[in-house]
Amino acid sequence: MVKLQDISHLLRMAAVFAVGLVLFLVFRSAFIPKSFGRYGHFRGDALAEIASRPIHYAGHQACGDCHPEEADTKAKGVHAHVNCETCHGPLAKHAEDPTSMTPQLPDVAHLCVRCHSENIAKPPGFPQVNVAEHSGGQLCDTCHQPHSPALVVGARK
Amino acid sequence: MTLTRRQLLVLLPAAATAWEFVLAGTPEAAPNYSSADHWWGMLLDITKCIGCGSCVRACAMENDVPDGYFRTWVERYHVDDFHIESPVVDSPDGGKEGFPPGDFSGGKNFFVPKFCNHCVDSPCTQVCPVGATFHTPDGVVLVDQNYCVGCRYCIQACPYGCRFFHPTKHVADKCTLCYHRITKGLTTACCESCPTGARQLADLRNPNDPIHAFLKTHSVQVLKPHLATGAKNFYYGLDGSVR
Repeated sequence: MVKLQDISHLLRMAAVFAVGLVLFLVFRSAFIPKSFGRYGHFRGDALAEIASRPIHYAGHQACGDCHPEEADTKAKGVHAHVNCETCHGPLAKHAEDPTSMTPQLPDVAHLCVRCHSENIAKPPGFPQVNVAEHSGGQLCDTCHQPHSPALVVGARK
Repeated sequence: MTLTRRQLLVLLPAAATAWEFVLAGTPEAAPNYSSADHWWGMLLDITKCIGCGSCVRACAMENDVPDGYFRTWVERYHVDDFHIESPVVDSPDGGKEGFPPGDFSGGKNFFVPKFCNHCVDSPCTQVCPVGATFHTPDGVVLVDQNYCVGCRYCIQACPYGCRFFHPTKHVADKCTLCYHRITKGLTTACCESCPTGARQLADLRNPNDPIHAFLKTHSVQVLKPHLATGAKNFYYGLDGSVR
C-alpha cells in the first residue's frame, strides 16, 4: 500500500507541471491570432484584409458605357488595345460616381513621348520618333487624335 | 467525481486541442470568389515591352508604393556583341518615367519588366520566422503586414530582389499580384495599364485562359530556373543574359 506521504513530492511536482501547462495554454491562446492556421501557417484573416484594399484603377470595362463615342473611336484605331486608364490615370472614383471627381486631361507633352520617343531597346516594329525632329516642338495632338492617332490635321479641339 | 492524475494528464491536452478548434472558428464563405478555382501567374512578352513605365506608375498609384521603392520595375538590357557574358543593365527610377535614349549602339537591346514571381516553392515564405508571409490557396505570395515583425529575413532570401522594407510601415512589402483586384474579377493594375499587352495576367487553372493556347505554340522561360523556386512569371522572348 502506497502512503500519501510517500508520493506527495511527486504530486507537488505534477501540480507545478499542471500549472505550467495551463499558463502555457493561456498565453498561447492569447498571443496566437484566432484565424492563424485556418488555411495554412499564417493568419487566415489576412486574406480578406488584403483582398479588401481599395481599388484605384476601375478597369477598361467601366469606361465604354458612359463614353461610347471615345470607346468607338479608339476601337477603330491602332490604340484599340490601349486601355483608357493607361493614359488617363486611375479613375475608379470617377467610375463609381462621375460627379465625385473630374479627370484631368493627360499632359500630352510627356504622355506620348514615354511610349513613342526613339529608343534603341524598343521593338523594331514599334512606331517611334525623334521627338524634336518629328514635331519641332509642337504638341502631338496638334496633328494626331490620341484616341485614333492616324494623322489628322487640326485634331486638337 | 474525483480525477486521478492519469486522467487529468490525458484530459488536459485533449481539452487544449478542442479549444484550438473553438478559437479557429469556421472558414469564411467567399461569396463570388473561390480560391480553389484559380492559380495565378503572369505572361510577359519581351518582344512587346517598350519600356514606357506605365506598369511601374500604375502599380505605385494602385498600391500606394512609396517613392523610390518598387513592387514592379523595368530593366533595360544592352548586350554587346563581343561581351555577351556581361550585359549592361540600367533602370533609372525603376523605369517609372520611361528610358532616356542611352549612349550605346549596336548589340542586342531590350526591356525586361520584373516583379514578384509568386514562386510555388518561394524562399521568402520558407524563412519567415512568424508566418507573416505565405502562399494563398490560389498561388499568390502575400505579406500579412499586421503580423510581420520587420526582421527583413525575407528581403534577403528573395533571389529576385522583389521585396523591400516599407519606410513608414516598417514591415516587408512586395507585389500582391493586386490580390484586391484579381479576387474581384479585374486584372492587375500593371496589366490594365500596359499599352502593348506585354504583361498578361494568367489563370493557369482556367482552361479557357488564353495563356494555354500561347504556351502550346511558344517556348517560355522563368528567371533563374536553376534555383527551382517554381517561379510563375513566364517570359516569352527572354534572352539568356537576363539574370
